[in-house]
Amino acid sequence: MLKAQGYVGSPQNRVDGRAKVTGEARYAAEFDAPDLAYGIVISSAIAKGRIASIDISSALAIPGVVQVFTHENRSGTAWLDRNYRDETAPPGSPFRPLYDDQVVYSGQPIALVVADEYEIAAHAASLVRIAYETDTHMTDLDIKRSEAYVPPKKRSGVKAPPSPRGDAEEAFTQAPVKVHAEYRIAIEHHNPMETHASTVIYEQDGTLTIHEKTQGPQNSQSYVSSVFGLSSDQVRVVSPFIGGAFGSGLRPQYQLFLAVMAALELKRSVRVVLTRDQMFTFGYRPQAIQTVSLGANPDGMLQSIMHDAIQTTSTFEDYQEVVVNWSNLLYHCDNVKLTYRLAQVDTATPIDMRAPGAATGVTAIETAMDELAYATGIDPVELRLRNYAEVDEANKRDFSSKELRACYQLGAERFGWAQRNPEPRSMRDGRELVGWGMATGVWEAIMQKTAARAVLSADGHLEVSCATADIGTGTYTILTQIAADIMGLPMERVTTRIGDSSLPKSPVEGGSWTAASAGTAVQIACQTVRESLFKYAREMDASPLANASLEHVSFADGRIVLTNDPETGVSFTDIMRARGVDKVEAEEKASPGMMTSMRYSGYSHSAVFAEVKVDEELGIIRVTRIVSAVAAGTILNPKTARSQIIGGIVFGIGMALEEESMLDHNLGRFMNHNLAEYHVPVNADIHDIDVIFVSEHDDKLNPMGIKGLGEIGIVGTAAAIGNAIFHATGKRIRDYPITIDKLLG
Amino acid sequence: MNRFSYMRAGSIEEAVKAASADSSARFIAGGTNLVDLMKYNVERPTRLIDITRLPLNTIEDTKSGELRLGAMTTNDEVAHDPRVQSRYPLLASAILAGASPQLRNAATTGGNLLQRTRCYYFYDTGTPCNKREPGTGCPATFGRNRIHAILGTSEHCIATHPSDMCVALAALEAIIHIAGPDGERAIPMSEFHRLPGDRPEIDTTLRPGEIITAVELPPEDFVEHHTYLKLRDRLSYAFALVSVAAALRMDAGTIVEARIALGGVAHKPWRDPAAEAMLRGHPASTERFAAVADHILRDAKGFQDNAFKIDLARRGIVRALSQAAAGTPQSQTDKRIR
Amino acid sequence: MSASQNYSSPALEKIPITLIVNGETRTIEVLPWTVLLDLLRDHLHLTGTKKGCDHGQCGACTVIADGKRINSCMALAVMKDGASITTIEGIASDGALHPLQQAFIDHDAFQCGYCTPGQICSGVTLIQEGRARTRDEIREWMSGNICRCGAYTNIVDAIEQVLGSNQEAGR
Repeated sequence: MLKAQGYVGSPQNRVDGRAKVTGEARYAAEFDAPDLAYGIVISSAIAKGRIASIDISSALAIPGVVQVFTHENRSGTAWLDRNYRDETAPPGSPFRPLYDDQVVYSGQPIALVVADEYEIAAHAASLVRIAYETDTHMTDLDIKRSEAYVPPKKRSGVKAPPSPRGDAEEAFTQAPVKVHAEYRIAIEHHNPMETHASTVIYEQDGTLTIHEKTQGPQNSQSYVSSVFGLSSDQVRVVSPFIGGAFGSGLRPQYQLFLAVMAALELKRSVRVVLTRDQMFTFGYRPQAIQTVSLGANPDGMLQSIMHDAIQTTSTFEDYQEVVVNWSNLLYHCDNVKLTYRLAQVDTATPIDMRAPGAATGVTAIETAMDELAYATGIDPVELRLRNYAEVDEANKRDFSSKELRACYQLGAERFGWAQRNPEPRSMRDGRELVGWGMATGVWEAIMQKTAARAVLSADGHLEVSCATADIGTGTYTILTQIAADIMGLPMERVTTRIGDSSLPKSPVEGGSWTAASAGTAVQIACQTVRESLFKYAREMDASPLANASLEHVSFADGRIVLTNDPETGVSFTDIMRARGVDKVEAEEKASPGMMTSMRYSGYSHSAVFAEVKVDEELGIIRVTRIVSAVAAGTILNPKTARSQIIGGIVFGIGMALEEESMLDHNLGRFMNHNLAEYHVPVNADIHDIDVIFVSEHDDKLNPMGIKGLGEIGIVGTAAAIGNAIFHATGKRIRDYPITIDKLLG
Repeated sequence: MNRFSYMRAGSIEEAVKAASADSSARFIAGGTNLVDLMKYNVERPTRLIDITRLPLNTIEDTKSGELRLGAMTTNDEVAHDPRVQSRYPLLASAILAGASPQLRNAATTGGNLLQRTRCYYFYDTGTPCNKREPGTGCPATFGRNRIHAILGTSEHCIATHPSDMCVALAALEAIIHIAGPDGERAIPMSEFHRLPGDRPEIDTTLRPGEIITAVELPPEDFVEHHTYLKLRDRLSYAFALVSVAAALRMDAGTIVEARIALGGVAHKPWRDPAAEAMLRGHPASTERFAAVADHILRDAKGFQDNAFKIDLARRGIVRALSQAAAGTPQSQTDKRIR
Repeated sequence: MSASQNYSSPALEKIPITLIVNGETRTIEVLPWTVLLDLLRDHLHLTGTKKGCDHGQCGACTVIADGKRINSCMALAVMKDGASITTIEGIASDGALHPLQQAFIDHDAFQCGYCTPGQICSGVTLIQEGRARTRDEIREWMSGNICRCGAYTNIVDAIEQVLGSNQEAGR
């Protein structure tokens, strides 16, 4: 059925491409309103304590300044913590901006300066004087790790580590070959190119239209409704384009609160845009210290897996992610102990960042597996094949599909892995040492309950809609492809609307679940329209399709025709005219099958191969080649899919070599809060990236067999690079990012 | 940003006069550093004097064989000027190692000299800083100092000068031409920037009201044996952790003249004439280069995060001298280090 | 040109300036500290030019000023009085995409699209500069434009294609 025109599965240009290359695509801070006021946020200089005084008089004296909001003069908002909880909030008490005089982390918003013009607000903000009383803060995980605890309340949607199986301690003690090491991953910040922004348009009737950088328009809408006591029809959140997010838009960030607060108080439209340095004043990928112990026989067969992780969270919420579970999911072992703990530091609460947990945990296990490969003298690919997990052992479930073996094989072939001399320091290119390393990637294939609407107009135009978001992933395009295929329309005659809270219900966009969830919802809605239309066609007077059944007709070029006699049929327009309707519409929900999720574990997998060239003397590392072979079910659009994987790999290169938010523990403050000193990869850092999509048929997870691609590209990439660096130099660096100092040290 | 008044200077005299009359006025040209600092409220001038329309935007030969770069020439213009490329490739290479094409199109020769030092704390008004607010302390000394200085530091400041261009100018012994309330003068590059000492708020030896009018490159050009080697945390668009400008004149395998300037290691481009003298009269050899590096770094002092820079600088000096001696300067587009 | 102009702004007085934006002459009053980027986005409603870092560290704000690519976030509007500015809105002509815009679409050289206008303004100028020939050179001279979605290889492909077809046309 989806093969009618074959948009699905074929490389298609983005349907929003023209808008993006011409500058017509509008992002949250780019919507205008009459009499728009501009708000600038003032951030706390201290990490912990209280605001002794805020002197706003000089700022207020500037002509054009409308108000300076602080905890002292803000209007009433919700009293209860739970009113601030959004759909992705971890257990705890969410941060409440301008709530009181308490400072709980450095960079916390403490005032909002609102003026008629941006320039006036910027000037006035420089005149606000704040005095603090400081308390002792603590941001150092190396100190706080001694107080690490198992989170008492689990975060919704985050699987706790499974119960231990066998006797991992004893098996490790007995194992002839052992790897035991500590792995560290630095704090990272998402740093999407667009900083967080909200333009709150105060409509004449007092309702709010909010242009907001969010991965969940309905999540932001319900947050605003709940915090400010508004009914849901008083708040509409619209975000057609999002300038990247990578997780930072999963929760409503404080600029939304501040902009809405100011708009309601001033009865005026307000825009608040965070600065780049303020992008370091909310969620981040937590710092992790992991200990991995692998016990194996000389033939490489794992006898014991122990993986412990400690991560930072804030003092007010227990942020959690799945870090350690992946170890047993990837590798067969009878003696497994996986543990996960948190340590509180005086920072903002972490927030999911591209492949949360997996990017962290898989980096550790895949580095440890490379160490085991060297300890046993077994090729790293072969070692993984020997320990290949045929089933999800922790949950005693089969995989819905798993083509990881093919990933190893096809990736290795494309990379030329067979030419690798396993001896460290054995390969050179002129002055540079050459290293080849590999690692496995894995991410859960998730589907979430999602609704979509399809409306076919009498002119033969189809509109499909859903309140999900496209942060650059290509959702607009794949939904258009799916809808066009089902309805037999050219893509040009299908419009996809997303990024609007007034559209059919969708969870936040994230976790790589959007293609499967919104895609299936659109599929079902279009099928319903198709069925209605066909029913109408059969009921037409003298219908040429009167005796046909749905299985025997095709939808093509805006017509329903007999499949074996394409000359016989009727056009959509004629069907609707005959019926006397100007549109045919349907709204449908898609949900993951309960039985399926109880019987099967769904995951996407990858095998990542990396080549590095290292000027050892100077500590300069170049990642010259990456091959990533990905098995992720049905690939809806190989062109945008490839971009997703490339993007994940570039994130992984950043994680491996560059990205680190540096805390000054004396001040409790991130210090490199800018793009000059928080290094993300630039064009010169990125060389050849080769993506292979391994054919994988999955008929269990969802009708189209979609697994999602947003996360899998990063998972394993950092480990593959770290392993390549070991191969090149003989130096095992277990502390990411691997910077010059560590290579020289 | 603070409120300021704006004037567009019509002549050098007018610019100098306006600046002399108001100690919190600043000249502005490319703005790539000053506007940056003003947005952070680090610089809060009451008045900006726009000097971009002064007739200082030419590159000219002097009668005595120097090349004179007008202060308002952009980094891009200088780097791609055929005379600079053929006679001062070290300078062209250093400029192209810095910043980005966009910034090089705006940043000027004079402005590049006047870049403020790079330091997380100096740039963050939420923290103390002796350079920004004298007497408040230097949290970098016992905080995050990965990018900070290893040479010429003081207890008051360990910030580094971030320019690449200036490192090459130091090696080339450029002369900075100045106009001021007391007329014109010239400052040798080595005396233009200063070390922090107990006055870290002062970066250069310019006096109030003085304006840079030109940078003069001496005839000695080191065309055959030079390199600019920049070592950093990513392969482009990042400040140097350590950079080395090396320039040699060689005669039949013997080093006749040698210049070494370091970037990213001190409050100013770092020269050590005594170390350079160790090279004169000797053939190029790794052993001698290493001895020279050790000499340059004899008083280097590392802090919590940046001690690696001492080792990195040592290795960088040896490599750069090898590149210069071999006549194989570092390419700024091919990232393989030669 | 050399006549001095002395403005003071104690009472937030605005200064009149003239810019040629995408071929159209615009006269507008600005505060001395109005930055070109904010002038384009907030005052002229040309929001195609993006604010990514506001400090010359990402390139999202790249525009073409008098033929040169610059970071519009680092330029005071008042200092650009008289300049000719081309933004992303002025790259296509009469609705026909510039070859580089089409190449960006064809090579999927963007994802979220936020850095894209800056990448394209930078790439168009890089092609005009006529210096880049190799992929190494494209990479280095496009390194002033950060793409957090990581579309770099596709960006280089798109530029290389347009460079290649230009060279072919020039033969």
